[in-house]
Amino acid sequence: MAIITFSIDGEHYSAREDQTILEIAREHKIPIPTLCHLDGLSTVGACRLCLVEIEGSAKLQPACTAKPVEGMVIRTNTDRLKKYRRTIVELLASEGNHQCAVCVVNGHCELQNLAYEVGLDHVRVPYLFPSKRLDATHKDFVIDRNRCVLCTRCVRVCHEVEGAHVWDIGGRGINCEIIGDMNQPWGESESCTSCGKCVRVCPTGALFEKGATVGEMHKERGFLKYIVTARNKQQWIATAHEEE
Amino acid sequence: MKPRVATAWLGGCSGCHMSFLDMDERLIELADRIELVYSPIADVKEFPPNVDVALVEGAVTNSENHEMAHIIRRNARFVVSFGDCATTGNVTAMRNRFTSEQIQQRAYIELADLNPQLPSEYTTLAQLLTTARPLHEVIPVDAYLHGCPPTADQIWFTVSELLAGRVPVLPPAYLRYG
Ligand code: SF4
Ligand code: SF4
Ligand code: FES
Repeated sequence: MAIITFSIDGEHYSAREDQTILEIAREHKIPIPTLCHLDGLSTVGACRLCLVEIEGSAKLQPACTAKPVEGMVIRTNTDRLKKYRRTIVELLASEGNHQCAVCVVNGHCELQNLAYEVGLDHVRVPYLFPSKRLDATHKDFVIDRNRCVLCTRCVRVCHEVEGAHVWDIGGRGINCEIIGDMNQPWGESESCTSCGKCVRVCPTGALFEKGATVGEMHKERGFLKYIVTARNKQQWIATAHEEE
Repeated sequence: MKPRVATAWLGGCSGCHMSFLDMDERLIELADRIELVYSPIADVKEFPPNVDVALVEGAVTNSENHEMAHIIRRNARFVVSFGDCATTGNVTAMRNRFTSEQIQQRAYIELADLNPQLPSEYTTLAQLLTTARPLHEVIPVDAYLHGCPPTADQIWFTVSELLAGRVPVLPPAYLRYG
């Protein structure tokens, strides 16, 4: 495979031409915030937090999907990008009901971490305080859409890794929501195997285990790497848990 | 002259003020350096004029909070949103999906242990606003101090910065919701 060279934030790098900007940045410890992306799942470029600037192009590109070409000049941390990232987090916060103080993942939440990363001291757009549906009909799990950021990780892990395809997105625009089995109560789902994979990949407290109280839920993601390694390399090895 | 400091308690649980008291012996130093001119922990009836710094706990959830927020803004040079309820609405705003009637029904009838009854129209109880709002949606706010509640260290940091004449910008380690 061809090797290409390019620059990120003024430093020169080379990489295989099939690598995404995000993969390369992670290899070199260049921080780029992400939310919808999760190693082991397909890439959808939905949240736009990972946008980067490419010299000579007016369009910003999501680092998780874009691949560099020879001679490309990439910037990951300009004032414009910082402004957009903060605005995205503000919109996510204002479109849901995130009362961190009473949330199961308080202190281990990817949305909280993003808020800190972008320096979110307050939200400048009016909070919508929407009325979103909570479904606690499943015997083990709950989906509280008030805390959903529509990253679609649950949709993808259920379809791509578990092969059950319980989840989809229903509705349009601001009314988008995660629905199960064509909008049936989770507890009545005939396709859900109760494997819990969606709960573990969810970046927020939107999907959680019953019985967990404030701050108690830790999302264990090591399983994903294990399954993906097994599938791609036919190696059933317990990998060290890199991500929480 | 010592800086004139006020703290106020709007739609919150007073947890932020408890955390303020958690500054422990630092309160003694603080007492030397400021004049506390208004606070739920001081016996002052009216918010005074000419306040240098006001720490405001709680969301704006009823007519009284709304009036108070404007009184504070008129009389204080520097207003700090004190805690998550003031900054985001937080727990106080969890009632926003329900109507005022539903909330009163729940609070005064369904959850009452004795004498379930709705407050009469002659009561002095403040009217609930349609929704509880974060403070900065009601009045301009100059700085934010998050946490439910903010820790004593966060409060100390913010107050110390203000007393040093700087606008407090919380370092990343102090930026914390929940
Ligand atoms: S998911 Fe929970 S911890 Fe995360 S931002 Fe929302 S309320 Fe806060
Ligand atoms: S439920 Fe969780 S994993 Fe699914 S879309 Fe919402 S935030 Fe993402
Ligand atoms: S992480 Fe790239 S768009 Fe979401």
